Amino acid sequence: MQSPRHLLWIYRAYVLIFFLYLVAPLLAAGAFAFNDSLFPSLPWQGFTWDWFVSPSEPKLGLLHDDRLLRGMKNSLYIGLIVASLSVLMGTCNAFLFERRSFRFKPLLYVLMVVPLVIPGVILGISILVFASMVANFADRSLGLFLTWLRPGIPLVVLGQVSFLTTITSLVIAARLQKFDISLEEAALNLGASRVRVLATVTMPYLFPALFSAFVVAFLVSFENFNTTLMLVGSDAPLTITMYDRMVKVGSTPVLNAVSVVLMLGSGLLALISVLAQRPRKA
Amino acid sequence: MGRDAGRLSLILLFAPFALWIGLLIVLPQLGIGYVSLREKVGIAEYEIGLGNYADFFGEPIYRNTLLRTAWMSILVTILALILGFPVAYYIAKIAKERSRAALFLMCLIPLWVSDLVRAYGWIVLLRETGLVSSALVSLGLIAEPVEMLYNDVTVIIGLVYTVILFMIVPLVSTLQGMDDALLEAGYNLGGSRLTVFRRIIVPYAMPGIVAGCIITFMLTAGSYLTPILLGGKNSSWFTEQIYSQFITRYNWEAGATFGVLLLVFTSLVVWFGLKLTGQSLATTVAKE
Repeated sequence: MQSPRHLLWIYRAYVLIFFLYLVAPLLAAGAFAFNDSLFPSLPWQGFTWDWFVSPSEPKLGLLHDDRLLRGMKNSLYIGLIVASLSVLMGTCNAFLFERRSFRFKPLLYVLMVVPLVIPGVILGISILVFASMVANFADRSLGLFLTWLRPGIPLVVLGQVSFLTTITSLVIAARLQKFDISLEEAALNLGASRVRVLATVTMPYLFPALFSAFVVAFLVSFENFNTTLMLVGSDAPLTITMYDRMVKVGSTPVLNAVSVVLMLGSGLLALISVLAQRPRKA
Repeated sequence: MGRDAGRLSLILLFAPFALWIGLLIVLPQLGIGYVSLREKVGIAEYEIGLGNYADFFGEPIYRNTLLRTAWMSILVTILALILGFPVAYYIAKIAKERSRAALFLMCLIPLWVSDLVRAYGWIVLLRETGLVSSALVSLGLIAEPVEMLYNDVTVIIGLVYTVILFMIVPLVSTLQGMDDALLEAGYNLGGSRLTVFRRIIVPYAMPGIVAGCIITFMLTAGSYLTPILLGGKNSSWFTEQIYSQFITRYNWEAGATFGVLLLVFTSLVVWFGLKLTGQSLATTVAKE
């Protein structure tokens, strides 16, 4: 419009360079999963699937690497529980803040948002400390051994739920806010019960938001590192296992292979969630 | 609906919220606050006092790590804003309708990839045997491979990379709401490009700028993987101190003190930023 032609081209070039910067490390991490070499570096030794499928050392492939597979299984398990819990709580919060009025609502709303601005490491240590206090108290005064309050999968789940519930609440509340309340009133006037209205009118309307909140929560849980690091026990999820490998063994192409799987998996899930949220054309 | 049924359902809706905020946020925060005030005087003997804080401020290494983390986080936030704003403006205002959605999605791709994979990608690119170094050698620009990891510039590049999307996304959504007529009015009234930018675009984008800066700053100050993996053992990042006090040295009192300090410090910066720009937490961060 107002910009002269060459300025617009410089601008475009900048945006292009920016996107190259965005994809460069991802391409680098991905490409070397297919290099037939023991190190993820040049020179290129030819294409191979070994880092995914090879059953023996020194090129032990991902599919035969028990520790990485166990990590993946733990992450999957944690992710599903965390996503279900946080969507459930997020739905309750959305109805609470969109439909109800009560005392101190603005203050409590700020409290609901606050977990987003607490660094993950702090959430992790605070839950670790609090859980240990409770466990020690139960041990000393009641003689109960609450092992689930010691570092391990239950604490990892609690730690991740603590901030993901904020995200799911915001996603679901945003959709609930756009809901036309007269639809519910119409159904009530036609004689439907409250539960029936909820099940047949409101919930189907909310479904896309519930679904994408679930996907987002699952992905963030799967990829979380900071909070998890503080709460992890002997059953480490994938990110912790990968980090361990990176620090102890150094970079090996099997980590590139894991990266490829993660990128494809999360890309696919993200795409599904975007498609689910897109308004259907009539 | 009867009054009692209404009350009952309100309580039922309120219960999960109260449990979540109470048990997972408020009490744990009070918990680390309490532990940070606890001084060990003997085996299983404690006194309440500010000794842990005195230790922290008496030890220059700890103090400097916090200051270093703080100033690098602020630098990363400013860089992310400067680098991200043109991209956000391009996506929101200049790109054609069809490419806009595609560009926005492309922006989100790295968001879906774990921090770990992103940091690993940078390692593959930048280490001594990495792609960039080998490429420069084969082009004849340098004679020997160079190690590009383990310095502050790399840490900053990696951190900006990790957080810039959280800057761009709120900026795009704010800028998309801006009516082009505002810009035309500005030009018609004789404003130069700079004036229009300063007097119309920036004030309009302010909620997005504040939201992006807050999220970016918090994520940077609280980040762990990128500084450790790209900065190496001597990255002196504050979260690493917290980790080593807690897990390696098992000194929970000191670790909790560090945690409280980081939280207080980041909250102060966020509060200050909100006051300075006249925004509130609910109107910025919650509006994604």
